[in-house]
Parts: sequence; C-alpha cells; structure tokens
Amino acid sequence: MSAQKDHEQHPLFLPLIFVGGLIFGAGLAMSQMARPEVVLAFLQFSDLGLLFVMGGAAAVVGTTIFVASQSGRSAPLTGKRYARRLKSMDRNVMYGGTIFGVGWGLSGICPGAAYASLGIGNAAILYGIVGMFIGAYLQGYLREAKAESMSGQPAD
Amino acid sequence: MTATVPLLVETLFPNGISHYLLGGILIGLGTAVIYLGTAIPAGASTFLESTLSYVSKLSRFQQPKFIASRDWRVVFTLGIVAGAAGYSLIAGDFGWTTEVQPWRLFLGGILIGVGTRLGKGCTSGHGVCGVGSGSSTSIANVAVFMIVAVGVAQLVMALGVSP
Repeated sequence: MSAQKDHEQHPLFLPLIFVGGLIFGAGLAMSQMARPEVVLAFLQFSDLGLLFVMGGAAAVVGTTIFVASQSGRSAPLTGKRYARRLKSMDRNVMYGGTIFGVGWGLSGICPGAAYASLGIGNAAILYGIVGMFIGAYLQGYLREAKAESMSGQPAD
Repeated sequence: MTATVPLLVETLFPNGISHYLLGGILIGLGTAVIYLGTAIPAGASTFLESTLSYVSKLSRFQQPKFIASRDWRVVFTLGIVAGAAGYSLIAGDFGWTTEVQPWRLFLGGILIGVGTRLGKGCTSGHGVCGVGSGSSTSIANVAVFMIVAVGVAQLVMALGVSP
C-alpha cells in the first residue's frame, strides 16, 4: 500500500516544482488568461491575443521537449528519461474534449488559469474550482460504477 | 494597402500582443523548468483527481499514479496561486474580480472537471505539453475543445447572456 512517491528521490524536487509553478502562475497573470473575460473575448473573436499565449507557451515547451528528448539523457532530479508527452487515442479523448469545450466556452476558465485567478484575488473563481472538483469526482464515480456493473465485481 | 495591415492588427488585437506573448513564454518557461529538472510534462488538471485521492476511497482515485504525484501537484498548484498573486501585487491590480456570473463558473467548472479527466488533459497538459510534443492525440483533443468552446461562447453571446 506504500506507493512510491515521485518526490522521495531528491531534496530539490519539491522546491523546483514550486519555482516552476511560480513562473507558470506569473505568466497566467501577466497574459490575463487568469481572467475569464479575456478568454471569452478570444472565443468570441473580439480579441485574439490568447493565440499568442498558447502559441508562445507551446513553442517554448515544444522546443524544450524536442531538444531534451533527442539528447537521450535523463532528468537530474528523478533519473527519468526525457520523453515526449504521448497519450493513447480513444473515444474518451474526443468525448472529454467536447465536454471540456462546452465548459470552457460557457465559463472562460480552465484548471491552471482558475488556480491563477484565485492568486490574483478573484474570489468568485471558487465557484468554478469547486465545480471542477465536483466534476472530477463525478466522472470517477460514474466510471467506477460502470466498470463494476460490466465486470460484476469491484474494479481495481 | 499598406494601411490595411496595422488596421487589421488593431481590430484583431485591440489590447496589443506583447503581454500575451510574454505571459505565454513565462507559462512555457515554468513548464520547461519542471520538465528539465524532472522529465515530467506537468499539466494542471490531474491535480483535481490526485487531490481527491486524499479524501476518497474510490479505486479510480487510489491509483498509484495519483498517490505518487499528489503531493507535488499540490505544491505545483500552490506555486501557480502564489506566482499569480505575486505578479498582480507588483502590477498593482490584485483584487480584480470577474463579472462572469457564478452559475456559469460553477456549471462550466463541473463540465471542465468531467471533460478534462475523461479526455486525459486540459489546456496545459494537452494544449501546451501535448501539442509541444507533437502528439496527434493532443492535437485532436485541442482541436475539438477549441471548436466546441468557440461555438458555445458564440451561442451564449447570441442568447444575450452577459456577463
């Protein structure tokens, strides 16, 4: 039952994660993606600036991942090999993307931007964050109930 | 003809582009710092499920991948909150509050919680790390949520729901 924790390997692991989070959050505040109004303005075509936020971020990360994974090296704090982020394709990827799209278009928030929105003092975002936890719980509950009814015994 | 381009830029980007681009680069740098140190392409939405593993006995949440990552995902999220707070305090606009109605944030939040977890990622996991990895799964996911979100946001506007 004692699952290996990612951070048990190096004393600088958690500090580095925190620093990365600080930079990430500052970027969300600076770009104003932490403001639902700015995201909605993008989706409603009145200000397309968000293209540069997502494009800029993907370009930096894309270059980093490409160069690091080509190097064949491993990360200093975990010993894990650098690799691209590849997830398997199935119907859930499309269903999930559709449901997320409805939520994003309705509210103008997404997970990272919502955490940052709390940081800029936007207390009303708690409605959204509480909603996200309820939604994440709901899908876990429903998927588990479905797996149990299909196998006739608890899924594990 | 030469006047058309600046006019078009002004129409599409009424607030300029520099803070958007610089903010995006910072978002990318934060992700890159974590990736270079740990080889983890960090996304923001797994935090929802990994944090639920502290309080829910459902085996969906008690998976080793959530147990193993839940502590650092809390630290990552606290970093995001603190980084945004620090920036807005320095910029002098801390305390800005959205006027988007609570029911939109709440209902949208529920759909985001379901959709990002069912779809294996969000704007950062698929949108930044996945697209940055050239993953066809991520590109397909982003294309779907982008098109759907534009449609829904336009529909909401057309129905006169504001803010």
